[in-house]
Amino acid sequence: MSRDHVLHKVRTALGRSAGQALEPVPEAGIEIPEVFIEARIDQFCEAFEALNGKTYRAASLAEARATVESILAGRTAIASNAPLLTEIGITTLPKVQSGLADRLDLREACSTAGAGITSADYVLADTGTLVMFSSTEEARMISLLPPAHIAVVRRERFLTGLDELLTREPIPSNRSSSMVLITGPSRTADIEQILVRGVHGPGEIHAVVL
Amino acid sequence: MNPLPAEKINKTLSNSGLQLAIYESTGRLMEKRRKALASPLAADFETWREQANRIKRHTIENLDHYLEQLEQNLTRNGGKLVWARDATEAADFILNLAKENNAFRIVKSKSMTTEEIDLNERLENHQLEVVETDLGEYIIQLARERPYHIVAPALHKTRYEVADLFTEKLGVEREVVIEKQTMIARARLREKFLSADIGITGANFLIADSGAVVIVENEGNARLSSSAPRIQIAVAGMEKLIPRAQDLATFLKVLGRSATGQPLTVYTSFLSGPRRAGEIDGPEQFYLVLVDNGRTRVLADRDKRQSLYCIRCGACLNHCPVYRKIGGHNYPWVYSGPIGAIISPQFHGVTEDPWLPYASSLCGACGEVCPVKIEIPKILLALREDVTKAKKREGGGGLERLAFRAWAFLMRHPKLFEIAGMAAPALISDGGGRWIRSLPRPLHVGPIARWLSQRDLPPPAERSFRQLWRARRRRS
Amino acid sequence: MTRRVSLFVSCIVDQVFPKVGIAMADVLERLGYEVDFPEAQTCCGQPAFNSGYWDEARQVARHFLDVFDGADCVVVPSGSCTSMITHHFAEIFAEDAAMAQRAHAMEGRVWEFSRFLTDVARAGDVGARFEHTVTYHDSCHALRELKVKSGPRSLLNHVRGLTLKEMDACEECCGFGGTFSVKFDEVSGGMARAKLDSIYRTGAEYVVSLDSSCLMQIQGALSRADSPVRTIHLAEVLASR
Repeated sequence: MSRDHVLHKVRTALGRSAGQALEPVPEAGIEIPEVFIEARIDQFCEAFEALNGKTYRAASLAEARATVESILAGRTAIASNAPLLTEIGITTLPKVQSGLADRLDLREACSTAGAGITSADYVLADTGTLVMFSSTEEARMISLLPPAHIAVVRRERFLTGLDELLTREPIPSNRSSSMVLITGPSRTADIEQILVRGVHGPGEIHAVVL
Repeated sequence: MNPLPAEKINKTLSNSGLQLAIYESTGRLMEKRRKALASPLAADFETWREQANRIKRHTIENLDHYLEQLEQNLTRNGGKLVWARDATEAADFILNLAKENNAFRIVKSKSMTTEEIDLNERLENHQLEVVETDLGEYIIQLARERPYHIVAPALHKTRYEVADLFTEKLGVEREVVIEKQTMIARARLREKFLSADIGITGANFLIADSGAVVIVENEGNARLSSSAPRIQIAVAGMEKLIPRAQDLATFLKVLGRSATGQPLTVYTSFLSGPRRAGEIDGPEQFYLVLVDNGRTRVLADRDKRQSLYCIRCGACLNHCPVYRKIGGHNYPWVYSGPIGAIISPQFHGVTEDPWLPYASSLCGACGEVCPVKIEIPKILLALREDVTKAKKREGGGGLERLAFRAWAFLMRHPKLFEIAGMAAPALISDGGGRWIRSLPRPLHVGPIARWLSQRDLPPPAERSFRQLWRARRRRS
Repeated sequence: MTRRVSLFVSCIVDQVFPKVGIAMADVLERLGYEVDFPEAQTCCGQPAFNSGYWDEARQVARHFLDVFDGADCVVVPSGSCTSMITHHFAEIFAEDAAMAQRAHAMEGRVWEFSRFLTDVARAGDVGARFEHTVTYHDSCHALRELKVKSGPRSLLNHVRGLTLKEMDACEECCGFGGTFSVKFDEVSGGMARAKLDSIYRTGAEYVVSLDSSCLMQIQGALSRADSPVRTIHLAEVLASR
């Protein structure tokens, strides 16, 4: 059996035996800075915009709805099943489809929609990152297929950075089969190291902070 | 035993367009890294490197434990770990899986491990359609070439070459604007993503405590390859393991910065199996093909197994003055640059390409930028010793060995050394103290001729230091 | 603190660039040191070590250790020779406990010339005058193994009449690399020419470095290009009046 064969070779190479104790594991070196929520939001906006993303602040649900409507500017969109989006009333905006539960229907809709609207589970302030777990509320394709991605996030979700995320979610796989960190619009520099945005994922991203 | 590909190298050196492309692209990557490291966010970069080295050392030294933990957790998540001893086993598994599932179309995101095991060729030989979706990989797939660089596979191609390629292979009108070329690829590949049966990805990290695969990218093609098709297969070398998800706090911080100067790449996917109940999309089946293919051989050498710490950032390539001149295709294997120079001999044996560990001026720039602190120059030196020992065993390399024996004898006998030194000016002095442009026929051979092909030779000093010293002593 | 130092000039200085050794002796004496030159010295063994002939390297290294056995302080006009002794002797003698101990004992007593001036002699201004524009080449071993970077520059900045212009590729390898220069002559030549381009952009008249092997590579290329720019060892600059 290949498994036994490979494990045996590994053990022989290292001079270890099956079931031998593990040497002490080095520190992970997690460090979480102290940053007030307002500062986190400012930092996020700066980082996000440096990546060519656009940020907006909304003081109320109504304002959030209006902001998303103006970002859409008449485009068709797919909204995820995040309760926040329903709460804000985004799902009732014109040309916005939501509530899709079938994988193929969703994919079909996403490939023709002008934008995908989602919430986000967390936001990382220092790198300008949106963190999304795949779930009944959030499908993978909505933030991936359409050429534009609009994320509406509550301020409470803002973390200082990766270290804090991994402290909150030390075993991300306990929660979902997929956790994705989105840091800016899709891009490539594969030809002559010249930057082009919107290669496969969305070339346009927006974050509305509630 | 393969000889030094001198003609091929010289062809690359005399191709001024190619030289410029390599120099400029690696130069840009170096500058991006430098800028990222200069940011206040990266003040702790050296600490992170130390940490990364420590964690990798621990993982590799206890690899069997982590392999089992990975398997346990991945299985618990509904995924399946497939152990592949070599390239054939890996390919056979995928072929069988495809057959069982009536699968024909495969989309692939970038994976050096799949290049290493010639996966595409093996699958295509069995009439499966394999489409590379990373833009750089797509380009070289069309060109039927190997990757030129670990991170930027089409680093050597200009926009004009890409234009020619697209016109020839895709039948589109000639387009030289890079943005438009990218959009052509985007449109073609979108259709493939959405109709593919299987998505094959690589993995930047394998997380033992979570049973997960982490993929880092900028385009979105890995996300699409791992989310759109029904079946996802991740192919990874077993050395990609790290113990905990929390270790990403160290590795993600050094990887993006070292590779492309990004604190984080655009997408970081943490995938742990097929989609779960309630999740709307994602693959139905999830496999991780864990590849040995010679890694256990590298593992067996205590001093050189640190070569397996590599996280494939490409920084060593960008900073290597030799890579920047000879480019990626003059290395014998898919892995080029300094990392390629140290792992190729370890996988294939030092006598396969005995010239390779010598293709370095030992400047040390590679070791200085390696995010996991692999002692690349030290390993190159150790490999050189391995080469001379192997040559001795096989009865070859006699002339050079003899020369060094004679040299060592001279160096142990100062009086002889002095006499030999006095002979040199008599033989090759110009008299005027001018640097020497050429020498008479009998001397203009071997190493002397090769030196003179590029630069002038210094005239040996009329009087050696020790002669001057004695005179100086006498004066005072 | 002893004011006596022993010179290890290196084989290349002894045979090809002897003035570098004399200049180094001049500067050290000017600073009040008594300088001796153990005549039985030859080489540190680096050429054999770099080429993979570690038996031969060990023989030559042993000779070095024998010659300098009683020396308290050895000064070397070369970054690569210094690092061979202080960083690699222990490596090649790893399997010989007695020799390894001798190698370790030597490590703290061997100094690259500029490092000796800044860290031991604590010299800033050594009384030098060199009225020219120069640029500085960071030789690889000195830079990356010995971590010598600001010392030579500070010494140069104290030289009367000297203008220091940094080249953008100051840290890039000149392409010498020992036998690399002849085994991979085309690549080595290409690297030298890239270095030359960087030098020309500074407009400097002289290129200064700590290692004669680098200077030989660079001067060889400058000469071939019929350039008036000349190379000079740091010791020669500091010895100038």
